[in-house]
Amino acid sequence: MTADITTRRTPLDGWTSRFAELAPAVRLTERPFRSQLTLRLRDAGRAAAVSRVLGVDLPETPCTFNRGAGPHGPVEVAWLGPDEYLVLAQPGLQRTLESALREAIGGTQGGAVVDVSAQRTTLALSGPRARDLLAHGCAIDLHPSVSPTGTCVQTLLAQTGIILLVRDADPAEFLLLVRASFARYLAAWLVDAGAEYREEPV
Amino acid sequence: MTADFRLPAGGRIDRDSALRFSFNGRSLAGRTGDTLASALLANGVHQTGTSIKYGRPRGIMAAGVEEPNALVQIAEPFTEPMLTATTVELYDGLVADGLSGYGVLAAEPDPSRYDAKHAHCDVLVVGAGPAGLAAALTAARSGARVVLVDDQSEPGGSLLGTDDNLDGRSSDVWVRDVITELDTTPGVLRLDRTTAFGAYQDGFVLALQRRTDHLGFDAPSHVSRHRIWRIRAKQTVIATGAHERPIVFADNDRPGILLAGAARTYLHRYGVQVGRRLAVFTANDSAYLAAIELAEAGIDVPVLLDARQEVPPGLSAECAARGIEVHPGHVVTGTEGHDRLTDVHIGPFGGGQADTVGCDTLLVSGGWNPAVHLFSQLGGTLRYAPETGAYVPGESLASARVAGSAAGTFELTTCVEQGIDAGRAAVTAAGFTPAAEARVPVADVRAEETAAAVLWRVPGGADDRAFVDLQRDVTVSEVERATGAGLESLEHVKRYTTIGTAHDQGKTSGTVAAGLVAEQLGANLAERRPTTFRPPYTSVPFAALGGRDRGELYDPIRVTALHDWHVAQGAEFEDVGQWKRARHYPRQGEDMHTAVLRECRAAREGVALMDASTLGKIDLQGPDAAELLDMLYTNMMSTLKVGRIRYGVMCGIDGMVIDDGTVIRLADDHFLLTTTTGNAAMVLDWIEEWLQTEWPHLRVFATSVTEHWVTVPLVGPKSRDVLAALAPELDVSNDAFGFMTWQDATVAGIPARICRISFSGELAYEINVNAWCGLALWEALIEAGEPYGITPYGTETMHVLRAEKGYPIVGQDTDGTVTPQDLGMSWAVSKKKTDFIGKRSFSRAENLRPDRKQLVGLLPADPSVLLPEGGQIIEHDHLPEPPVRMLGHVTSSYDSAALGRTFALAVLRSGRDRIGEKLYVTKDDEVVAVTVTDTVLYDKEGARRDG
Repeated sequence: MTADITTRRTPLDGWTSRFAELAPAVRLTERPFRSQLTLRLRDAGRAAAVSRVLGVDLPETPCTFNRGAGPHGPVEVAWLGPDEYLVLAQPGLQRTLESALREAIGGTQGGAVVDVSAQRTTLALSGPRARDLLAHGCAIDLHPSVSPTGTCVQTLLAQTGIILLVRDADPAEFLLLVRASFARYLAAWLVDAGAEYREEPV
Repeated sequence: MTADFRLPAGGRIDRDSALRFSFNGRSLAGRTGDTLASALLANGVHQTGTSIKYGRPRGIMAAGVEEPNALVQIAEPFTEPMLTATTVELYDGLVADGLSGYGVLAAEPDPSRYDAKHAHCDVLVVGAGPAGLAAALTAARSGARVVLVDDQSEPGGSLLGTDDNLDGRSSDVWVRDVITELDTTPGVLRLDRTTAFGAYQDGFVLALQRRTDHLGFDAPSHVSRHRIWRIRAKQTVIATGAHERPIVFADNDRPGILLAGAARTYLHRYGVQVGRRLAVFTANDSAYLAAIELAEAGIDVPVLLDARQEVPPGLSAECAARGIEVHPGHVVTGTEGHDRLTDVHIGPFGGGQADTVGCDTLLVSGGWNPAVHLFSQLGGTLRYAPETGAYVPGESLASARVAGSAAGTFELTTCVEQGIDAGRAAVTAAGFTPAAEARVPVADVRAEETAAAVLWRVPGGADDRAFVDLQRDVTVSEVERATGAGLESLEHVKRYTTIGTAHDQGKTSGTVAAGLVAEQLGANLAERRPTTFRPPYTSVPFAALGGRDRGELYDPIRVTALHDWHVAQGAEFEDVGQWKRARHYPRQGEDMHTAVLRECRAAREGVALMDASTLGKIDLQGPDAAELLDMLYTNMMSTLKVGRIRYGVMCGIDGMVIDDGTVIRLADDHFLLTTTTGNAAMVLDWIEEWLQTEWPHLRVFATSVTEHWVTVPLVGPKSRDVLAALAPELDVSNDAFGFMTWQDATVAGIPARICRISFSGELAYEINVNAWCGLALWEALIEAGEPYGITPYGTETMHVLRAEKGYPIVGQDTDGTVTPQDLGMSWAVSKKKTDFIGKRSFSRAENLRPDRKQLVGLLPADPSVLLPEGGQIIEHDHLPEPPVRMLGHVTSSYDSAALGRTFALAVLRSGRDRIGEKLYVTKDDEVVAVTVTDTVLYDKEGARRDG
């Protein structure tokens, strides 16, 4: 009796059709099972080693993220704090990355690496009304002049905390990371927020 | 009565439209573009209701938000109370009734949608009148992001209520040109029907947009009816215009008495004549324009009374040319009429030959009050301008400037110039280079000829019928009573008389009241502080503030990965913070009591499982992690061996218990700790605070992993068999897998971390897996446990099981005044550690008192009586007269399947010394006899722990 990979459930399992109602004004999809690791770096001298593992430099500017590809495929590395980063990678890489990163930072002397893949789920949001949709509940100014491509903020969307990544400022494409227990609340909120845009011609 | 007061031409209404509406039971007709007030006036209806205190007939007095009288209740399409007829846009089928100060809330839920939206800009302009339009245009041309909000259905502001020309053409053309340019400039957001009602620090402004009210029954249900705009602006230009104020005189409240400017607005904007025969009473030039324009429209305007001895020569001549007799130095001393004005008593200011003029309408102007509300809300200081009798903005604020009549400037061209200047200053302050100067249009308005006089009231009349605040029915007499009682501060007078506290917040009465108080006290208004303007500027429906935070979106509902399974099994849920936790799983016909007894029995006799995923989980990594844990917990954690688990108690600096949980050591420098469900975020914050402020030298990182894991305690004597079936490679024997140790293993093919932790006293395994695999694990456990009658149990059963073992729940058996020693947990407080959070407090005399409340068990004499949680413990076998000495209270109380009786936990003074004593617990109006016992009531020897 074993549970195979197909029995895994993402927090927003079953929401695809409700998300589809938002089209074409907004395209909303869950990106399930992505590898996510919290990286805390005490020893800044290890940043280069981390970059080699990921193929991407650690972002130095607060509230930004870097993206690129390396030995473990496409990755995004988000700045969450002065020594805190969130590494986002393709599904199934969390264990490999956890050990590779831990080695790169020199073990717990150099910082910390924590697998948080199931802690949050990822939503991809795009479309002509995506920015409007977020403006109903997010106090951050997402105008391209203020939040260009590469912006990453931790903020509130409606009544839940999110990590928001601006993958592309124009045309707008966002990633929202939300804690698993809040995912349904956020999904319901997003679908409801789209009520007005659903019926308008694009 | 069918009266048509609609003029044959003019106004901005759609004359091809025909809207039917009902007011106070009468069916009437109006036009698209009307307000309810203008439509009523077009039908000759002035009276809307009666006053709140004296029941006096009251009618429409103004044409905008300053209206003090015309409160209405909308009945259709949906009940809404306390709107002003002057701000309700007319739609077909509207049903409304006048109110006497009180409205009625709807009994059923509001079906409309309400929402909110954030907006950001470099320059926010409030008001789309001449000054605001000029400011917005200047800012937009400079490349700034601009938001322009205006509370009217169309832009133009004061221009909508005049027939002024700009550049020799109707001002419409100028407004239209500006709007066209704004609407085609990128980065400009223009919001009409939007009232900025609150201005706060850092450029934050709240505005209410009425998006579909004017559509009435045709409002689409998917579009939000109202929207709260949360605007953040680098710079704000306040161009909110001015409100006309009346002059107070005896019987100044009759239907048919209006503000002069309102009559102009009704004429020019709505094509409505407010009466057949009008008298005008003023102390400034502006009302002359009303008199002249109304006379030009063919309305009989026999007299204009000007309180000033010196009247404007040019305007007076124009009046004379139109048959309007101008009476310098004359005032209104009283009026006649009931449902409608019939006569006006006039006379020279200060006494003399009196006269009476028959008329159905009286227009009054006491001057203009700049709408300084937002400026004042921002902390801007106001200055009294004695020449106009108004409070005007003092010095500009760093991020807000005032332009136009809101700044006390009433001349049209100057208003436009000020708007341009404010726009330039705002964009410059926001970091832009101002565009080339916009051209100021040439206006044909008449310049002021004679300075205004400041007249608050006509003295010598019946002061108890001279109304200051018409909505609150407050008269000059009451102001005199207030000052006579010794009140001097305007704030005190306001509270004593209630002036300015109604829906209109004193827009027409506030300054007059200030003037009257100063007059009565012989004080100089310039040296007195005006009352403070506070948000909201106009009423905001709670539904709009609530927005979409209702129903399932009211508050986030947090669910675990197993939630759907619980729902499918018919679980009843309880709220724990924002979490939904399965409380029990009733079977057909079971109530909670029966279900919980069954679930408890399964856990004690067979095997049961629960969803404990909500427990907080924090990953700690770093060479100093053990040192940190020694400081956080009262007991020693650094001695914990890798592979083992220890229970720990956390205290605040006052030595009181704040949380408890387990610590598992994954490696020398790697721990995972659990917290109670409700305290997960608090504990992480607590750790971060200590690390960041007091112990930055400790090399530890804390990371929340609460939702990364699904946690399932598998409990009961048969739990070992079930686990063995699913984890064939794991040696589940007690020797190989002892109590308070953990192992990584594969359970049902899923990588899992299994902990021998028990919160029930039974053999138990707490299985943790990646949350994605939680449901697969749970279903595998259910299937594998089926031969053993595996039973899911909820939080209620968990509570009973732990209480039978005397395990306290932080937050239920503790309340922030309970130490570990009070809980009988001295064993968990290290004597060896040199320091830890709370240690110092344990030596305080108060913490050593022998009569502290201590956790004990209680057994009711009658084993079927369930003690009420919260019930007080007393020494008396009956309820004596108060005061009664309270010895403590019941903290947890249950019926126990294992004990075959009820029992309780309680905190009791000197509790441990009282074990064996008989005491009493209050229940309703009686007392219940109880015996005090040890807290552990089941399996005292701990024989069941290892199966």
